[in-house]
Amino acid sequence: MTTTNSSGDVRLSGISKTYGSFTAVHPLDLTVPQGSFFALLGASGCGKTTTLRMIAGLEEPTSGTVSLGDQDVTRLPPYKRPVNTVFQSYALFPHLDIFENVAFGLRRRGIKSVKKQVEEMLDLVQLGEQARKKPHQLSGGQQQRVAVARALINHPEVLLLDEPLGALDLKLRRQMQLELKRIQTEVGITFVHVTHDQEEAMTMADTVAVMNAGRVEQLGAPADLYENPRTTFVANFLGTSNLIEAEVDTRSGAEIVLKAGGGKLTLPSERCSAPTTTGGKVLVGVRPEKISLTHADDAGEIPDGRNRVTGRIADASFTGVSTQYVIDSPAGAELAVYVQNVDRDTRLAPGAEVVLHWSPAHTFGLDASQDIEAGVEKVEEETS
Amino acid sequence: MAAVTEAPPLAPVPAKKPPRKRGRWTPYLLLLPGILWLLVFFALPMVYQASTSVQTGSLEEGYEVTWHFATYWNALSEYWPQFLRSVLYAGTATVLCLLLGYPLAYLIAFRAGRWRNLIMILVIAPFFTSFLIRTLAWKTILADGGPVVGALNSLHVLDVTSWLGITAGDRVLATPLAVVCGLTYNFLPFMILPLYTSLERIDGRLHEAAGDLYARPFTTFRKVTFPLSMPGVVSGTLLTFIPATGDYVNADLLGSTDTRMIGNVIQSQFLRILDYPTAAALSFILMFAILIMVTLYIRKSGTEDLV
Amino acid sequence: MAFVNWLKRHLVVIAGLFTLGYLLLPNVVVTVFSFNNPKGRFNYEWQEFSTDAWTDPCGVADLCGSLSLSLQIALWATLGATILGAMIAFALVRYRFRARGAVNSLIFLPMAMPEVVMAASLLTLFLNMGVQLGFWTILIAHIMFCLSFVVTAVKARVMSMDPRLEEAARDLYAGPLQTFLRITLPIAAPGIAAGALLAFALSFDDFIITNFNAGSTVTFPMFVWGSAQRGTPVQINVIGTAMFLVAVLLVLASMVISSRRTRQKA
Repeated sequence: MTTTNSSGDVRLSGISKTYGSFTAVHPLDLTVPQGSFFALLGASGCGKTTTLRMIAGLEEPTSGTVSLGDQDVTRLPPYKRPVNTVFQSYALFPHLDIFENVAFGLRRRGIKSVKKQVEEMLDLVQLGEQARKKPHQLSGGQQQRVAVARALINHPEVLLLDEPLGALDLKLRRQMQLELKRIQTEVGITFVHVTHDQEEAMTMADTVAVMNAGRVEQLGAPADLYENPRTTFVANFLGTSNLIEAEVDTRSGAEIVLKAGGGKLTLPSERCSAPTTTGGKVLVGVRPEKISLTHADDAGEIPDGRNRVTGRIADASFTGVSTQYVIDSPAGAELAVYVQNVDRDTRLAPGAEVVLHWSPAHTFGLDASQDIEAGVEKVEEETS
Repeated sequence: MAAVTEAPPLAPVPAKKPPRKRGRWTPYLLLLPGILWLLVFFALPMVYQASTSVQTGSLEEGYEVTWHFATYWNALSEYWPQFLRSVLYAGTATVLCLLLGYPLAYLIAFRAGRWRNLIMILVIAPFFTSFLIRTLAWKTILADGGPVVGALNSLHVLDVTSWLGITAGDRVLATPLAVVCGLTYNFLPFMILPLYTSLERIDGRLHEAAGDLYARPFTTFRKVTFPLSMPGVVSGTLLTFIPATGDYVNADLLGSTDTRMIGNVIQSQFLRILDYPTAAALSFILMFAILIMVTLYIRKSGTEDLV
Repeated sequence: MAFVNWLKRHLVVIAGLFTLGYLLLPNVVVTVFSFNNPKGRFNYEWQEFSTDAWTDPCGVADLCGSLSLSLQIALWATLGATILGAMIAFALVRYRFRARGAVNSLIFLPMAMPEVVMAASLLTLFLNMGVQLGFWTILIAHIMFCLSFVVTAVKARVMSMDPRLEEAARDLYAGPLQTFLRITLPIAAPGIAAGALLAFALSFDDFIITNFNAGSTVTFPMFVWGSAQRGTPVQINVIGTAMFLVAVLLVLASMVISSRRTRQKA
């Protein structure tokens, strides 16, 4: 995270929130650089919305401070903060028309001639024609754009988006993701976006913070998070991971050699976030699309230096772009493999004996004391 | 009645009954008893009353329809002070109900937390004690020389109210103030409940959104909460004003002959003086006056424009 | 300054609690004065503590008779109004028919009419027909004005019910009667119960319409009204207090039961 111009950064220092005996957010330090598109990603109840509401001033932190640039805003009520929110399911005022909804913030700040600004803003979100309609007369996507316009017209230092696309259907959501990204690039305001949709977070954000049980598990650029997860939760919540329990055999400088299911696997030490001692346990991870599948009869053609695991195909489903295999293997009960449908090997059908192999560079190592299933459930729900 | 239920003829029923047609008479059969009841005991009496109001005669010799519309004119010219007083008292009580009821409805809807159900019960529970008994309790509360009157007296409130003509000397009982106080008390729950219903329906995020868009708490109330509670305000004021205008219990128990409302007049014309034409005419005038006021009010408040 | 801020923040709470006090004050007075031992005929001034009235609630002539008459009328009026009202509500929500607008206004009007107008016009009808005033005329009047409230309560509930539930039942081989008994009626039950409760409360406490159409029959509100002229026995306060306590206890009990039930489900 570069902080070339830190005057507009959102800085959370040690903020936490507890409700009675329940801790929604554990003490948290977070800096959102000015002008970035920042996503808070996590399952429902992970504390991401509470964090957002503390930035907005809608919840008071139990401890810690919220600063915008150099200004400590922790004790400021929402109507005195240079921050605006796009609410979940929009919270458009049903008794006011679109124009008045968008003009609301300007009028509250005593600005008299709002017409030009509102019209420009409505044009920006392509709703110029709908100005005199009531919110319930608009479609979901249009309402969403009104909510964005209503917040943006105030030129906030930070725009907060609380599941802004949650109420839209899939196709519209994709469209609005691009639209929001376009608006953010155009206005250059810091966006803090809360979502439970990992794909949405990765598509739109420059930086993603993955939250779980009131803590930030890992923070980074989307690709970095995907390729180098540091916890089982991140590995499972962002996409799918195959995690294999392994024992450390030898360590030699840049490489760690591990024993798993009767074979040996190599792991670059810089891709291992867990402490390793000889004989200790480590979780070895690899993404399903990094794995190649070769029929056991052709095992000899596999180049040296690749990690190998043997198994039997339990299930194969054709999805068009790729075929998704489930492999039973002595190394791990079920391994997922996605193979691009370039040249399909017809022998790769359920029951076939196969060898799975991948480059050691695509392997990552995690602390084996974690729950191997953490974050799995949500992914299944999301991909369905 | 029997003739109507037998009306569907048996002949055109086809051999194979289409299932859609089976329900054709069901709604009418469901409606029949209840609607008949309302027609006979609500609508028909109105017709009888209309005819009574243009009759002349006496109780001994019997009445006859003579289209004697002068009864209306006479009734109005004799009892216009009571009409005016009814509208004035009921209007004041309605405004007081709104002013008193809104904070309580707001409290229950947004601020009561886990006390919400308890407060709700306490609002409804007085209903279960006969309202006459509760109205009589005001005789004790407002008694001459009692603590309430004493306190108002020492604060010189009664001097002001006497000067305004709504109390007399150091008495509250048997004055307009006591009657309005009783009316307000009796119809307050009818204001609170619809207000609560419409406030409770408001999405809490709208308040947050207003705050987020630089509205201070009071501005949020003025620009968002209050406009959205308008349906409750309208139905609450109607539910208070209409029965309060026709009420005669409060004026009788807490007032004096100087605070007689139109309900008192109708009641005594009907039940004591037995001048049925005048009573019927008064009742009709009251009904039309209220219908006109209510229509104008609904039109003005523009409820149909609200969500 | 801190106090002013506190006051500002809690102004609505203070005002709300003031209103609640205003609402409950008469009930407190009724309860306290049920333990009074008044000199003279009227129970408006505090004299001395006594439990005489509580030990002998029926000690006043006609009081308990009028109470039981009011209960009888309220029960029959509730039954009649609930059945007729629920039928109208189902017809309005679930069927299409002619004259819907007229039916709707006929149901709305009794609620938008001052009681004294309805009372007077109904009396005109009875007088013209030469009907003997008494139990039956009171019952007829009560069913008439309770009907609209039942329709409104049941209609609200049936309208909020997803019509697809009934379609699903029919899809799963339930005939019209089965669908009604197993799906529609159970779901509408809370609305019907609410309407019935409202009808009971309205009928039991009605004075104005009863006053016009009772003849010489005395219901409990009529008794209280009469006593305001002749002299108020302490027993009135005893019955008022007892009704208040029974109602609050019933509501609390039903709340405890329903909250326990929801907790069990969760």
